Amino acid sequence: MAVISTAGLARTFETRHGPVHAVHGIDLTVPAGEILGFLGPNGAGKTTTLRMLTTLLAPTGGAATVAGHDLVRDPRGVRRATGYVAQSGGVDPTVSVREELTTQGRLYGLTRSQSTARAEELADRLDLTGLLDRRCAALSGGQRRRLDIAMGLTHRPAVLFLDEPTTGLDPGSRADLWDTVRRVRAQWGTTVFLTTHYLDEADALADRLVVVDQGRIVAEGTPAALKTRYAGSPDASLHDAFLAITGRAATPPDAAPVAV
Amino acid sequence: MTTFVSDTALVFGRYARQTLRSRTQILFGALMPLLYLLFYGPLLTGVPLAPHGGSWQVLVPGLLLQLGLFGAAFSGFGLLIEKQHGVVERMRVTPVSRLALLLGRVLRDAALLVFQAALVVLVALAMGLRAPLLGILIGFGFVAAMTVSLASLSYALAMRVATPQTFAPLVNAVNLPAMLLSGLLLPMSLAPGWLNALSHLMPLRYLVDAVRAAFVGDYDGTAMRYGVLVTAALLVASVTTGTHLFRKAGA
Ligand SMILES: Nc1ncnc2c1ncn2[C@@H]1O[C@H](COP(=O)(O)OP(=O)(O)OP(=O)(O)O)[C@@H](O)[C@H]1O
Ligand SMILES: [Mg+2]
Repeated sequence: MAVISTAGLARTFETRHGPVHAVHGIDLTVPAGEILGFLGPNGAGKTTTLRMLTTLLAPTGGAATVAGHDLVRDPRGVRRATGYVAQSGGVDPTVSVREELTTQGRLYGLTRSQSTARAEELADRLDLTGLLDRRCAALSGGQRRRLDIAMGLTHRPAVLFLDEPTTGLDPGSRADLWDTVRRVRAQWGTTVFLTTHYLDEADALADRLVVVDQGRIVAEGTPAALKTRYAGSPDASLHDAFLAITGRAATPPDAAPVAV
Repeated sequence: MTTFVSDTALVFGRYARQTLRSRTQILFGALMPLLYLLFYGPLLTGVPLAPHGGSWQVLVPGLLLQLGLFGAAFSGFGLLIEKQHGVVERMRVTPVSRLALLLGRVLRDAALLVFQAALVVLVALAMGLRAPLLGILIGFGFVAAMTVSLASLSYALAMRVATPQTFAPLVNAVNLPAMLLSGLLLPMSLAPGWLNALSHLMPLRYLVDAVRAAFVGDYDGTAMRYGVLVTAALLVASVTTGTHLFRKAGA
C-alpha cells in the first residue's frame, strides 16, 4: 500500500529576479515501510519537496497524499502522521533536552505522563540518557543530530522525513544512525523518506533510490538496479552511477570521503 | 475546542518558563516607564493637564501604554531568533493549531507586560498617584489587549523578514510616530488643531484616552466607548493577520 503518493507535485518561488522552478512535477509512490533515499545535487529540490510533503510549503502545482491524507485538504491529518527532521534541526539552544522532548510529545497530543515516558525511552534508544538535563546548546554536533531525530520520533509517526540526517557526523555516529533508522522501521514499520549526499549511506540504508535534478526525477530504482543500468554492473560504485545520471559528482557539504 | 485550549496553554507554558528563567528581562522591561515616573513625573505635578484629575492620572496611563507599545512591538525579536534555529518550522509541522502557536506566545507577552504595568502603578502610587481601583484594573485590561494586538503584528512581521537588522528599523519606524501621535506623554488636548486632528488617525490614541478616562473614574463616556471599539477592531485584525502568517509563511 502506498503511504506517500504524489502526482505532478510542483513548487515555483516568485523572486525579485523572476520565478524559480524549484520542483517541476514529481510523480512518486512510496510503499509502507520502505526506506527511500532521495538524492540529487545541491539545489535539486530535495528540501523543497520535503517541505511540501510536511505541509510547511504549499505546492503551486499537482497533488499528494501522505498516510492517506491529502496535503492541501487535510494538512492536520498529514502532520499527525508524519515526523520531520529538518536539514538544520529545530531545537532551542537555551532549552534543556528533556524539556524539548517532552514539549514535542505534547505538541503531538501525548499526555504529560506519556510524553515523559516517551522522552526517557527515546533518550535511551538514541543514546541521550545522560544528556537529558543539559541545555541543547551544550551538545556536540552528533548529539544534537540524535536529539533532532528523537524529536521527529516522539509521536511514532507512520512516515519519517529526514533531511540530510547524517551531515556533519563522524563515520561511527553515521553508522549508529543507520542502525537506529533500521530499528525504527523494523519495530514500528515506519516509512522513512531521507535525503543524503553520502552515496555510501544511500547504498547501505535505502531500499530504493530516487534521483532528482533541477526539480525533476531523473532516475529511480534499487541501488543495485541503478548501478547496473548507469554504471554497467551491480558491483559498480553508486558514485559512477550518480555521475552518469546527473553529470556531476555528489558533493557532501563537508567533503567527507565517499565510500565506493 | 478543548485541544485548542490545551495547545494554547502548552505553548504559553513553554514561553512563560523561558521568561521566568530570565529575571532581568522581567525587571528591565519596566525600567523605561519607571525612569519616566521618577525623573519626568515630578515636572508635571503643578501643570494643569486635564479638566479632571491630577497630572499623575494623565501621565501614568500614558506610561502604561508606552510600556505595552515598546514591549509588544519588539516581541517578534524572540521569534526571529527561534526561526533561525528552526524551532518555528518544527512547531509548524506539529498538528497544533496555528492560532494556538500565536496565542500561546502573545498571552505570555500580555502576562509579562501586565506584571510590569503593575510594578509601574505601585511605584506611581508611592509617588502620589490616586486613582480608583476599577480604573487601574481597566487600564491593565487595555495594556493586555494592546499587547495581544501589537505582539501578533510583531510576530507576523518577524515571520516575513529574515534578520534583526531589517526587523528593528521597521518596528521603530512605526513605534516612534505611534508614540508621538497618540499623546502618550502629554494629552493631545494641548495640541494645535492640525496635530490633534492628525492624531485621531492613530488608533493608539483612542486607547490612551480611554485609560485616562478610566483613571478618573469615567467608565461610560465616549472616550471609553471609542477605546473599546478600536481595541476590539485592532485585536481581530492583528490576530487574524498573525495566524495567517503562521499558516502560510514561506520562510
Ligand atoms: N524560499 C525560496 N525562495 C526562492 N528560491 C528558493 C526558496 N527555497 C528554495 N529555493 C530554490 O529552490 C531550489 C531548490 O532548493 P532546495 O533547497 O529544495 O534544494 P536541495 O535539493 O535541498 O539542495 P541541498 O542539497 O543544497 O540542500 C534552489 O535553486 C533554491 O535556491
Ligand atoms: Mg536541502
